[in-house]
Amino acid sequence: MKDAFTFRDHDAEARLFFGRAMVLWGVVVLALLVLVLRLYQLQVVEHERHAVQSDANRIQVQPIAPTRGLIYDRNGILLAENLPVSTLTIVRERVPDLDATLADLRELLGLTEAEIDSFQRRLRERRRPFEPVPLRLRLEEEEIARIAVNRYRLPGVDVEAQLIRHYPFGDLVGHAVGSIRRISREDLEHLDRRQYSATRYVGRLGVERHYESYLHGKVGYQRVETDARGRITRVIDRVPPVAGENLRLQLDLPLQMAANNALGDRRGAIVAIDPKTGGILALVSKPGYDPNLFVGGVDRATYAWLRDHPDTPMFNRALRGHYAPGSTFKPFVGLAGLTEGETTWERTIQDPGFYRLPGQSRMYRDWSWRPGGGGHGTVGMQRAIYRSSNTYFYDLSVKVGINRLAPFVAQFGFGRTPALDLPEASSGLLPTPEWKRAVRNEPWYPGDSVNLGIGQGDLLVTPLQLAAATAVIAAHGRRPLPRMLLDADGDLEELRSSELPPIRLADPADWQLMAEAMADVVHRGNRGYGQNGTAWVHIGRDIPYRMAGKSGTAQVVGIPQGMRHDDLELTERQQKHAWFVAFAPVENPEIALAVLVENGGGGSSVAGPVAREVIDAWLLNRMEGSAVARN
Amino acid sequence: MAGRDFVHRLPDSELAFARRQAWLWRLHVDLPLLLLVLLVCGLGLVVLYSAVDGDFDRLQTQAARLGLAFAVMLAVAQVPPRSLQRWSLPLYLVGLGLLVAVLFFGVSAKGAQRWIDLPGLPRFQPSEIMKIVVPMVLAAFLSERRLPPRFSVLCVALLLLAVPAVLIGLQPDLGTAILVTGSGVAIVLLAGIQWRFVVGAGLAGLAALPAFWFVMKDYQRQRVLTLFDPESDPLGAGWNIIQSKTAIGSGGLYGKGLMQGTQSHLDFLPESDTDFIIAVMAEEMGFLGVLVLLVLYFLVITRGLYIAIQAQDVYSRLLAGSLSFTFFIYAFVNIAMVSGLLPVVGVPLPLVSYGGTSALTLMAAFGILMAIHTHPKMLRA
Repeated sequence: MKDAFTFRDHDAEARLFFGRAMVLWGVVVLALLVLVLRLYQLQVVEHERHAVQSDANRIQVQPIAPTRGLIYDRNGILLAENLPVSTLTIVRERVPDLDATLADLRELLGLTEAEIDSFQRRLRERRRPFEPVPLRLRLEEEEIARIAVNRYRLPGVDVEAQLIRHYPFGDLVGHAVGSIRRISREDLEHLDRRQYSATRYVGRLGVERHYESYLHGKVGYQRVETDARGRITRVIDRVPPVAGENLRLQLDLPLQMAANNALGDRRGAIVAIDPKTGGILALVSKPGYDPNLFVGGVDRATYAWLRDHPDTPMFNRALRGHYAPGSTFKPFVGLAGLTEGETTWERTIQDPGFYRLPGQSRMYRDWSWRPGGGGHGTVGMQRAIYRSSNTYFYDLSVKVGINRLAPFVAQFGFGRTPALDLPEASSGLLPTPEWKRAVRNEPWYPGDSVNLGIGQGDLLVTPLQLAAATAVIAAHGRRPLPRMLLDADGDLEELRSSELPPIRLADPADWQLMAEAMADVVHRGNRGYGQNGTAWVHIGRDIPYRMAGKSGTAQVVGIPQGMRHDDLELTERQQKHAWFVAFAPVENPEIALAVLVENGGGGSSVAGPVAREVIDAWLLNRMEGSAVARN
Repeated sequence: MAGRDFVHRLPDSELAFARRQAWLWRLHVDLPLLLLVLLVCGLGLVVLYSAVDGDFDRLQTQAARLGLAFAVMLAVAQVPPRSLQRWSLPLYLVGLGLLVAVLFFGVSAKGAQRWIDLPGLPRFQPSEIMKIVVPMVLAAFLSERRLPPRFSVLCVALLLLAVPAVLIGLQPDLGTAILVTGSGVAIVLLAGIQWRFVVGAGLAGLAALPAFWFVMKDYQRQRVLTLFDPESDPLGAGWNIIQSKTAIGSGGLYGKGLMQGTQSHLDFLPESDTDFIIAVMAEEMGFLGVLVLLVLYFLVITRGLYIAIQAQDVYSRLLAGSLSFTFFIYAFVNIAMVSGLLPVVGVPLPLVSYGGTSALTLMAAFGILMAIHTHPKMLRA
């Protein structure tokens, strides 16, 4: 090596090293100065900004959801309550790899495809940033433990204790009480965002929807110190939420159960009303659905099943089902004829089993018509009711005319939205010449009036409407609005008496006479062929109280001229709908109802016994030992 | 052996002072350096106490590690620099072997393969050893050549440096690679390399920056981008730097008080007990607290450079200067990174961050400095 044998200039090397060391030292001094300046910039110059940011980091204002008001029946039985559950939630913003996390959870908890599917759907809906999205409601103790053990590797996953709505009686009261749903994109458009800032659910249907503003309560707030994972480490101050109002409904759960049982597995609806108050004592629509399914979001398969089922379990027949009232409409036509002076209780007609408009050959048949015979002979108003003569009411309807008939029956609520607090209730359809011109662009034919006389043609009513109209007869014209609400903690507007002005008949005695005629439908018996009330043989033989009723059948398909209904080969779904309206006791009505059995056939034979069973349940249980029961 | 020093020097006043500290002298301990290191460690433990949320077990663990590192420092201080010089090349070769072994048989943790498990030894990072061994071999190599080094010598030196640096970078462990490279660059500078080489290398480095960009892994690029615009990804890559700047800034002049830092104690600040511990200190002790630490670091570095200047043989000078400068790089890169001046690389705050490996290496380096300063100078048999 060349260097090996040359003498080194050690002083020069030392000087050189000293110089270089000083250069490095200078670099150190400069670099440390840079750091000092940087820290000075952050800690002194920009201190204010960072201090604010630091506080913003740790202090959050969190809304606290109020507890939703409870719903009771009239006896104080809980119909809708709030159950504490542990919910598995995910904050999307805190999950680094959602697929991996879901895969982990699937292994841990056995999540189903449906659950993940619903979760993904909820995730896509608009929500507040950092809002926990529920993945599984109602965790078991063991599942909570499994989550807790694995929490360290599941960032963003949390178990949240929350109150969820629960309907202890499930589908028994589903259509009556309504249900709630998760707040959706559309809901956020019209809800008060401040009040709902912590709320996850909103009334979806029925009472839950109508009384949403009372049931919801007032939001509370707390200022909290949170860590970076959003967990609360300290509550700084707190404004507690105000729980929603508890509601007591007119609904009577035992009666609701009786009505439910009476209808059995048949499709149909029952609405029972207290004629004195308009209070809805029972509201059944079958088949029903369990509103608990909608708490937290129903999974897609179940929802599709419910939606596509031919029996349409989610459809509220009692409030929204449109049916021709059939012969149950006759008492209203009769009262119209009496009040408009077109008939009297004494006037009679000859009923050959059919009706012809003057100058027309078309036959409008009675139900008793058969080729070459039938009919009820000499018929007055009373007999026309208890024998349900079509011919009498064809004739009367034409005499009164649509322009007087429609306004008169409208007073009973036909063609109107009838209820105080049932937002879904439909107004049905009361046809008028104006309506026909506007919708069908056709004139009103006399034949339309003929059909209207027996509740056929274009007329459509809901079971609620028919029950309410029947209650008006029972109350002799008084018209309290049908309502679900009986009582509440607070002073609700709906609690104030709201009653339409009573219907005035030309002769108020006609109320009682019509009630008696309807009582004959049930009670007139043992008189021989063609002389008994239509429902007597089915429900009137052993009835321990006085009940007024009227049967009806609503055709589902038209019957060609010259043929009888029985001649047609009809599928089950083409069978006539069976109606029965009733109230009791006749002297002092406490309950009025309408029963509809879809495709049930005869009103008296099918719907009548159902009505009797419901009224029995109401009167016999309540009035044990009373005069009515002893009769 | 070639290139020996022939100069004998009489003990100077420094030596006389040390003699008065007879027992320390015999233990080969440099008192000023010892005191400074003890102060840094003490301050570090106080900060760490808060950073680990008062977890006494972890504090004890760290104290025990520092104790062990102290023992290592004392042990290393007993080794004469001459022996170190002789072992430089063998140690270097062993270190290189281990680095290669790590690439093939290493144990992975957090996405990098840095550890090696040898039977009978605790698991360790060979790259840590290289922080000392690379300066040793470079010092040994250059001290046997005429200084300032000629270009060919420089090339060999750079090769000696580049091989381990690249191997460490492949693990990947950018932080250690930077420290090792920095220690080598310091030696080359101290060896008296002509400034034209320095300027040339600097320009070449600038020109190579774009190429470097393509070599970098995605996460490393992200870190660089984040430096310029942390708000672009506030919940991802930018989170750390936003939170650490907020922590430092909210500390203000005097700090929020020990254990009172909300950024760190509420977990907004990530890695608050390791790489980002300076932010805890800045938040709780304020600008003045960090200033104290910076002054202590400055004094440690200055004492190290002083020892280097005082050293009488080339090997000792170069090694002492390089180790002192490495310590500086440690502190500077960490604080600059946490305060948002440099991209995030994994470099702990020396003697303060929780963890045993870096403390051990640093203390061993201080042991070497003490050995250089306290062993009889220039005397040979």
